[in-house]
Amino acid sequence: MAIKLHGQPWSNNTVRAMAVLNEKGLDHFAPGLDYELCPVDLRSGGHKRPEFLDLNPFGQIPVFQDGDGSVFESRAITRYVATRYKETGTDLLSASSAALETWLQVEGSQFNPPMFRIIFELGIKPLIGMSTNMSVVENESDKIGTVLDVYEAHLAKNKYLAGDEFTLADLNHMPEIYILSKSAKFDLIDSRPHLKAWWEDISARPAWEKTAVSLPF
Amino acid sequence: MASVTVYGTPLSPAVSRVLACLFEKDVDFKLAPVDMAKGQHKSPDFLKLQPFGQVPAFQDELTTVFESRAICKYICNKYPEKGNQTLMGGRDGGLLAQTSVDQWLEAEGQSFNPPSSALVFQLAFAPMFGFKQDPAAIEQNEAKLANVLDVYDRRLGESKFLAGDDFTLADLAHLPNGHILVSKNEDLFMSRKNVGRWWVEISARPAWKKVVEMQNAPLG
Repeated sequence: MAIKLHGQPWSNNTVRAMAVLNEKGLDHFAPGLDYELCPVDLRSGGHKRPEFLDLNPFGQIPVFQDGDGSVFESRAITRYVATRYKETGTDLLSASSAALETWLQVEGSQFNPPMFRIIFELGIKPLIGMSTNMSVVENESDKIGTVLDVYEAHLAKNKYLAGDEFTLADLNHMPEIYILSKSAKFDLIDSRPHLKAWWEDISARPAWEKTAVSLPF
Repeated sequence: MASVTVYGTPLSPAVSRVLACLFEKDVDFKLAPVDMAKGQHKSPDFLKLQPFGQVPAFQDELTTVFESRAICKYICNKYPEKGNQTLMGGRDGGLLAQTSVDQWLEAEGQSFNPPSSALVFQLAFAPMFGFKQDPAAIEQNEAKLANVLDVYDRRLGESKFLAGDDFTLADLAHLPNGHILVSKNEDLFMSRKNVGRWWVEISARPAWKKVVEMQNAPLG
């Protein structure tokens, strides 16, 4: 069964999907979990072609395909892979429903919007030939402080976001923090001791290291 | 006695999203008001329930959950046998059906919610609270939302509801902002044939009508 991930390695959303696939494929318990990264040429409008719109009518990357169907929206993809391959490798859903659902949603609603705006300017634009807007960076860096303070207090009392184990809630944060770690704004994480310790722990996971080496950042 | 408490006002879109789900699931609840004008949402007691200082907060006995879409999923997971049994994946209920709900719920959160919330603020809350409206913000967000609704119109020409043949959380999530926007500018939704058909159907659901009744109830 061929797994295809349509996207680009400079896209944080694509990296989110790559991260979960690597988490599930690492110990080779599921042969054939290797996937093909199928580049979508955004510059030439590859994402607006009818064949692509059939896969994702929003014309966005990533799109995931396996023998059973196709999925768009990176967080739906990571949820699907974590559920489908629950018994393989680390169980990424091992937390109470309340904590897991809460922190999965916090990432998508509170953390990602300002964080994406920062890392898009600092990390992604340079790779795709666009110029960074530093006033957006400064603006969003100010706003995200209060959100990160909540994380800092939460991680002072919890080893991982949803409890004692690494879960999808932690994983979904990794692409953006990684891209930030390559930028001049990493002090946003680095200056907060529990956030910093949590990042050092989760980014040392072998599956993450496998993802990171394949990225252009 | 209800083991569930929702903190917040039914006039908050995020709170009303949770109320819609509770009514769909026939789960009894208590609504506890949060006096935002007096800053109750930033009080130490409230921050224990919702550390971002936002409504809704939610408690089921000793379990706390926040983020309205997370609360909805929690309710569906905790009470699978009650009320509407297809909110998380239709009659099928299998992984692919659940994933379709997740996918369209993410589309709502990532693509529909930002421009629709901005418009709800500009068109409804700004005038209500005496803030000045920003015509450029209105124009930009209407354009963004129009693009999203075009995608929805295509999808809803192929599928009865967003995730498939059944009404699910993916559709429900749109009710709060949709309700306000349609009251201010019906054209956005109703000028698109399939979106219009879908909107009429989902907003007519008894559970949503109960929420609207709560929103329209006199204060006190």
